Amino acid sequence: MAKRIDVSGLNAYYSNFRAVEDISMTIEPRTVTAFIGPSGCGKSTFLRTLNRMHEVIPGARVEGKVMLDDENLYGANIDPVAVRRTVGMVFQRPNPFPTMSIKENVAAGLKLNGVRNKKVVDEAVERSLRGANLWNEVKDRLDKPGAGLSGGQQQRLCIARAIAVEPRVLLMDEPCSALDPISTLAIEDLIGQLKEQFTIVIVTHNMQQAARVSDRTAFFNLAGVGQPGRLIEIDSTEKIFSNPSVQATEDYISGRFG
Amino acid sequence: METPRDTSAPPSDPQPSKGSQSAAPNLAGSSPQRGGSSLSDSGRTGRRGDAIFKFASSGSGVALLVIMAAIAAFLTVRAVSAISADHGNFLTTSDWQTQADPITFGIAAIALGTLISAVVAMVIAVPVALGIALFISHYAPRRIAQALGYVVDLLAAVPSIVFGLWGALFLVPHMIGVNAWLNQYFGWTYIFHQNEPGTQPRSLFTVGIVLAIMILPIITAVSREIFLQVPRAHEEAALALGATRWEMIRTAVIPFGRSGIISASMLGLGRALGETMAVATVLSPSYVINLHILDPAGSTIAQTIANQFGESQGTGRDALIAAGLVLFVITLLVNGAARLIIARRKEYSGADA
Repeated sequence: MAKRIDVSGLNAYYSNFRAVEDISMTIEPRTVTAFIGPSGCGKSTFLRTLNRMHEVIPGARVEGKVMLDDENLYGANIDPVAVRRTVGMVFQRPNPFPTMSIKENVAAGLKLNGVRNKKVVDEAVERSLRGANLWNEVKDRLDKPGAGLSGGQQQRLCIARAIAVEPRVLLMDEPCSALDPISTLAIEDLIGQLKEQFTIVIVTHNMQQAARVSDRTAFFNLAGVGQPGRLIEIDSTEKIFSNPSVQATEDYISGRFG
Repeated sequence: METPRDTSAPPSDPQPSKGSQSAAPNLAGSSPQRGGSSLSDSGRTGRRGDAIFKFASSGSGVALLVIMAAIAAFLTVRAVSAISADHGNFLTTSDWQTQADPITFGIAAIALGTLISAVVAMVIAVPVALGIALFISHYAPRRIAQALGYVVDLLAAVPSIVFGLWGALFLVPHMIGVNAWLNQYFGWTYIFHQNEPGTQPRSLFTVGIVLAIMILPIITAVSREIFLQVPRAHEEAALALGATRWEMIRTAVIPFGRSGIISASMLGLGRALGETMAVATVLSPSYVINLHILDPAGSTIAQTIANQFGESQGTGRDALIAAGLVLFVITLLVNGAARLIIARRKEYSGADA
């Protein structure tokens, strides 16, 4: 079951530096929401607050509320480890575990969840690899190292690894920025399929990509160097790219700055 | 075999440099005037430095090989002469009688003692060292980690005789109680059984503990460096899958550092096998095979050489050289085994990540 995310009054800090200021937004279930904005505007930082990955950086902290359906991720008795099992993440650079085979990579999350039954694991591995459109390419070499795949395949392997634990939400931090156009297309097709099951949030610098894959788009900006990033507006992707309500959004999208 | 190939290398070296000199005027010809001349000029000085450096570096390499070969030849000749004078079987005899009339000596007892003390040291040191290294790299706050790192490095610089003195003067008296306890509760394991309870614990077990403390810093320092090199991306991948910190270490850090951990342990093991002074200070040696490691018995190869060298002459010294060769072979075998383990999973090493 995909879940709705409701953020209110969120601030994210690196030590004393406020990187993200006062963000409130709603992310609908079974949609793709794209975050766009200039570099350093806090969109990746904000993304990482949605599965409590921000706080693994020493000195980093978060204020505010992130409701996943009706649970506050930053509530007092919430275990960040459990949050990350519910909200999966795919990173900018493909990062399969180099010491593991393709199969072990996909099964890594299951193993952490204590799934030992070989049949269950095998089924989940196949299902996830099929879900990531990678099964046909790797089914004959599941025991080969994951690091031996091409960059695009590695990224799809990472997506398979993330969806193997059946998260409710999938966060993607510029998942295509290290890939060639063909691999990018493969990932974008995959995102279109995955949104039937998951709530997807994707950070991208590529505005065509945001226009192609997302249903809703959020534009982030910062007032200047050393200022925190802010959410300027969030709306349906069609509206943002055709008729945004804020001038800064239009300037950014039409390439007049940033 | 190496030498002739390398002596042919220096003559072949001027060839390419001459070729490039003749190529430089060509370049100058194709692009006339000053640009060309400056090109050929800088080329000439660079080539000379290149040739000198190549000669110096390959010369050092060859020199090292020659010296190694000479040492090996010398040791082998002396060892063979000693072993042919031996009235016992060199491999199975445990006695070391090089002054007596029918000279009998063998490495059975001292090789076993070497291995026992090294194994005890490894069993104690490796887990502790990995624990310290993980604490420094992944658990401790930065300031404490830095201080601890310095202390560990400092520990590595302490001379072995200091550890030996500490072992003999402090550890030995304090081991009496430990030994009694081990004997009482673990005597049934055979190795912790004491033939004469209450004796001075100048035993291989005490030696192993001193060796463990000595090799701790090197294993810690090397594995800490390996653990710090684990890419942040791998750690975050594990965390994002919902791993706790310990699970993250198990999933991403330790597998990545596996070959490094083995190398670090081998460095430590090499030092434990070859350690002389600390062993000689602590142990009360005897040339018998005794698997009760709490008993004050047994000796190691390096310690035997140190103890006996002063009072030996002729064949006696050659016998010690033969023992030294055995130590060399043991170290070689251990290192070879470690390399095999590392190579077996080379494609999973993560080196290209």
